[in-house]
Amino acid sequence: MHENNTPTAPVTTPGNHADPSCASVLSVEDLTVSIGGRMLLQGVTFALQPGQLCGLIGENGAGKTTLLRSLIGVQPSPHGQVSISGLSPRKSRDLVGYVPQKIHFAPDLPLRVYDLVQLGCDGHRLGPRWFSRRLHQQVQAALDAVGAGEFAYQRIGELSGGQQQRAVIAHALARRPRLLLLDEPLANLDFRSANELAGLLGHVTRVHGIAVLVTAHDMNPLLPVMDHIVYLAKGRAASGSVREVVQSVTLSKLYGYPVAVIEHGGRVLVLPHANAQVGEDGCYLMPGGSTSGGQA
Amino acid sequence: MLTWLAHILHWSFLRSGSVQTALLVGSSAAVVCAVIGVFTILRGYAFAGHALGDVSSAGGSASFFLGISPLVGFLGIAGIAAVSLEFLGVRRAREQDVATGIVLGAGIGLSALFLYLDMTTTSTTGAAVMVMFGSMFTFPASLRWPAIMVAAAALAMMAILYRPLLLCMVDPELATTRGISTRWVGLLHLLTLSAAVALAALSVGAVLASALVIGPAGAVVRISRRPGVAIFLAILLGLAAVWGGIWMAYESYYWFAGHAWPVSFFVVTIIFLSYLTSVPLQYVLGRRAAKPSQMAAHAGG
Repeated sequence: MHENNTPTAPVTTPGNHADPSCASVLSVEDLTVSIGGRMLLQGVTFALQPGQLCGLIGENGAGKTTLLRSLIGVQPSPHGQVSISGLSPRKSRDLVGYVPQKIHFAPDLPLRVYDLVQLGCDGHRLGPRWFSRRLHQQVQAALDAVGAGEFAYQRIGELSGGQQQRAVIAHALARRPRLLLLDEPLANLDFRSANELAGLLGHVTRVHGIAVLVTAHDMNPLLPVMDHIVYLAKGRAASGSVREVVQSVTLSKLYGYPVAVIEHGGRVLVLPHANAQVGEDGCYLMPGGSTSGGQA
Repeated sequence: MLTWLAHILHWSFLRSGSVQTALLVGSSAAVVCAVIGVFTILRGYAFAGHALGDVSSAGGSASFFLGISPLVGFLGIAGIAAVSLEFLGVRRAREQDVATGIVLGAGIGLSALFLYLDMTTTSTTGAAVMVMFGSMFTFPASLRWPAIMVAAAALAMMAILYRPLLLCMVDPELATTRGISTRWVGLLHLLTLSAAVALAALSVGAVLASALVIGPAGAVVRISRRPGVAIFLAILLGLAAVWGGIWMAYESYYWFAGHAWPVSFFVVTIIFLSYLTSVPLQYVLGRRAAKPSQMAAHAGG
């Protein structure tokens, strides 16, 4: 894994960082952001390839949302270099789809899922919209990509949280982006919806070859589909493959709280483990004698 | 055209010049308020819309004192208030009500001053009632074209802003990521809202302006699935309220033995009843819409 014992040094996988200019959809180099004198991100460096689904993890206040805002060019005065397919964030808006944290849709909002996805195509344009077969096909393709066709003509405020999240992802996919950024898309979803949405993200990544960067507090639904993780702690970032990062010792140090990694039914699960104690070597000792140094 | 319509329908009230002016100015106000009202409600600016109406009373009373067109007075003060709201922080939810309240207080204070000056330094009578509650049958014919032009400009602005405004309404952050300046869109929306409020204040009075701005839009938003449909229905409802109100006020002269009731009362009553009707209608339409999806869910197991 490409990280020190504490995630203080910016380290990336060789495959990602070897040639950031050509193959990478997203290349972040030495990104530093401070707000009100407080350093939120310091020297963050990582890269994403096409067709790669990457999780962005870290405790509350670690700077995950700030990092995403820097990538979409709305964070004031970041230092460092962010390149999306060779372009700066402000010049690459057509290449990026963004799904913000929970959008509240009022039940009586007169807006259908179809209308929301249509805004994903041309919401930034001035003047009235004229009917266009091409626009309709583009909207239909985005709806089909997330399986939202059956509720496309329903009011978005009347749908379940999972269906609304699909609609917002379709909105983000409408312009066929190369990079999809999602801020806590699984928050407030039940088990079934969260797993279905994670599967959908994996499908979109594989089938459409889009690079996806997703933040999540509960990473369990995403573990089967993620192939890379960037984690933030104390303003610094480190990254590695899922197998490298998802280990008890790494996650426990990252969150400053005992975390167990177990395997059940062929799936790896990450669980908080309040009963663990700190051993002499600094590792958490799980009840029953196992340490948190590897997968429990 | 109205004279021709009067001839076809044998409606005597359409032959009156003052009624024709009232219908043209009132219709301009109804259409603009319907279009802008839908966005105003969806962006959560209903209180700001109401406040702009009240504040514009300062412009109306100033116009009597200065001897200028009331449309210019209403428009000027509502526009200044809209810019003030934007820069005092109407965009931030927590500060929105505070900023609106402060601007509202300042506007009403100015209004009190100008109404006092109207009464003490000029021979204007009934200015307070005309500014606060409107008097559509007293409009001069010269007001027709300025009102229509203000309405046309406001509608053109809404046509230009339609899609960015919708996106800002869904989520301002999402709009920002698409390169939309939410600040400019917000400011232009408030300025257009001030034009709608000025026309409404001119028609039904400053105090009742919010009824025309918020009422039709509030009623139809409940029963529409699409923003375009909501705007279309709000226009129909607004026009029905203004035309119905003018007709009833005209006829009330015969109903109440030579004492015609105010147009504003009838317009606002129609809007209020429509809003009440929309509540059960929303329930009925909601159940109808739910039935096919429930059947599909049962069919799918």
